[in-house]
Amino acid sequence: MSEAIIPSSQAQQDTPATAKSARWQEYKKIVDNGLWQNNQALVALLGLCPLLAVSNNTVNGLGLGLATLAVLMVSNALVSLIRNHVSDEIRIPVFIAIIATAVTIIDLLMNAYFHTLHGILGIFIPLIVTNCAILGRAEAYASKQPLDRALLDGFFMGLGFMLVLVILGALREVIGNGTLFDQAYLMFGEAARSWTIHLGDDYQGVLLAILPPGAFIGLGLLIAFKNMLDAKKAAKRSNPLGIQVAVTPMSSPK
Amino acid sequence: MTALSSPYAHNNQSVRKVMLQVQLAALPALLAHIYLFGYGIVIQWLLAVATAIVVEYTLLKLRGRPVLPFMTDMSALITVTGLVFCIPPEAPWWVVVSGSAFALIFGKHLYGGLGYNPFNPAMLGYAFLLISFPVPMTQWTMPGEVVGYTLDFMHSAQVIFMGHFDGNSLDMITGATPLNELRTGLSQGVMVPDTLRAHDSQLPWGLNSWAWINIAFILGGLYMILNGTISWQYPVGFLGALSAMAFIFEQIDPATYPPLSFVLLSGGTMLAAFFIITDPVTASTTPRGKLIYAAGIGVLVYVIRSWGAFPDGIAFAILLMNIAVPLIDQYTQPRVFGHRR
Repeated sequence: MSEAIIPSSQAQQDTPATAKSARWQEYKKIVDNGLWQNNQALVALLGLCPLLAVSNNTVNGLGLGLATLAVLMVSNALVSLIRNHVSDEIRIPVFIAIIATAVTIIDLLMNAYFHTLHGILGIFIPLIVTNCAILGRAEAYASKQPLDRALLDGFFMGLGFMLVLVILGALREVIGNGTLFDQAYLMFGEAARSWTIHLGDDYQGVLLAILPPGAFIGLGLLIAFKNMLDAKKAAKRSNPLGIQVAVTPMSSPK
Repeated sequence: MTALSSPYAHNNQSVRKVMLQVQLAALPALLAHIYLFGYGIVIQWLLAVATAIVVEYTLLKLRGRPVLPFMTDMSALITVTGLVFCIPPEAPWWVVVSGSAFALIFGKHLYGGLGYNPFNPAMLGYAFLLISFPVPMTQWTMPGEVVGYTLDFMHSAQVIFMGHFDGNSLDMITGATPLNELRTGLSQGVMVPDTLRAHDSQLPWGLNSWAWINIAFILGGLYMILNGTISWQYPVGFLGALSAMAFIFEQIDPATYPPLSFVLLSGGTMLAAFFIITDPVTASTTPRGKLIYAAGIGVLVYVIRSWGAFPDGIAFAILLMNIAVPLIDQYTQPRVFGHRR
């Protein structure tokens, strides 16, 4: 039983060189998992409520994505640090308390420095507490791993989530509003007022994209696109030469 | 020699034959539409069919399906025909193009093609347009009896592709439909009988243009019932439930609720009754289920028209009942002869 929880780097400590390369392998896996293989939004489908609700434009998506990223890193780091001092029975309430603390800090910081954006995102900043992705990473990963990995995992899981939020937000904003980076000054200051890209005055926004159905349709399309890329990759791996065999059905015997 | 069991009746129906029957039955309404509103609908229909051909070809290619057999089943033709009747005749060209594309891509192909789609594609496209482009979707061209003339083909084309004709803006020829007028009137405290009296029609029997389109749909619908293309349960259930609702509420308060004849002959009532809810893929298929499904739509249409946010509730009522179809079919399975339930 106890062997299973020992991280692989501790298990094989024969030479410093292999230990180092094993660590880099592990890091690479964390990056790959966070951004693609186990993307919290596209694969785990966690945290859909904020994802669907605030992704109606790029800046909103970026704002909530950054907040989630920060919370994930703080909570992963703290959970990893206390993992040997908290008993199994009460671990979940402790995780929640840590996450709630992190969210409160982020909430107050955003209220102080990005006040208008904070107002637009509204209830969804405090609601990061209930984002399953954060508790999911704390329980499934950070509570069993040393600090460096937990921190890295928090960063890349958060980055993967944020990228989906930004892409979905950009998609919905372009289709629904005909703009990109509208209201960017809310995050980047007055200089960003000119960042907004207009698609053209003749473009009639497709309101559906901004409304809730647009979020579901958009996320569905993103997931389908990711699955398509994966399927193509898998097909290439199993058939690297791209050989295609045409099968013609035999004529039925008379 | 193998013995087959009776009955030996041969069902000479194919998807294409059924679809062509429906298209044929829509002809009276199309002609009435041209006579009363001008040639706008012809241009819209041509645009929709062109879009349908491109979309069907592209999507079938992408999905790796045989193109010819699926394209010639004519189901896309019926989808866009149903949609075109819901669109204002002089709406901008991108309205009908995006609506048809959405209906076919998101309503049909993403679910796996004809036969697998839970929602009526035409109504999905219509709902998409209603939600996405509220302004062009409410600018209905006024019929000839109101403005005194209808646009000819070239002028319609100008409006559809450029947004104006001979320097006149679209506002000159568009207005609110009777359902819209009723709703606006009520919100301003005008009673229903007054609104209706203010818009008396010069056409025979005092029926307005929208009522005549509905009557043309009834003609086509009766033709389809008589030759067995659609079952009678759909229109009977739908119109029965809608009439019952309209009758009850008119008795309660005739100042707020429109009379039965108006409810039945306005908006898309008859289009839905005979052409939309009868879609064999998305409708309930058991005999009792058909009645329940259609009656549910009738009630919902009345509810949305009277108390909802949209003047006509056809699209949303049908989509809502589409979701309920698997449940209805599950509980209305007919008893097999000789078996207990």
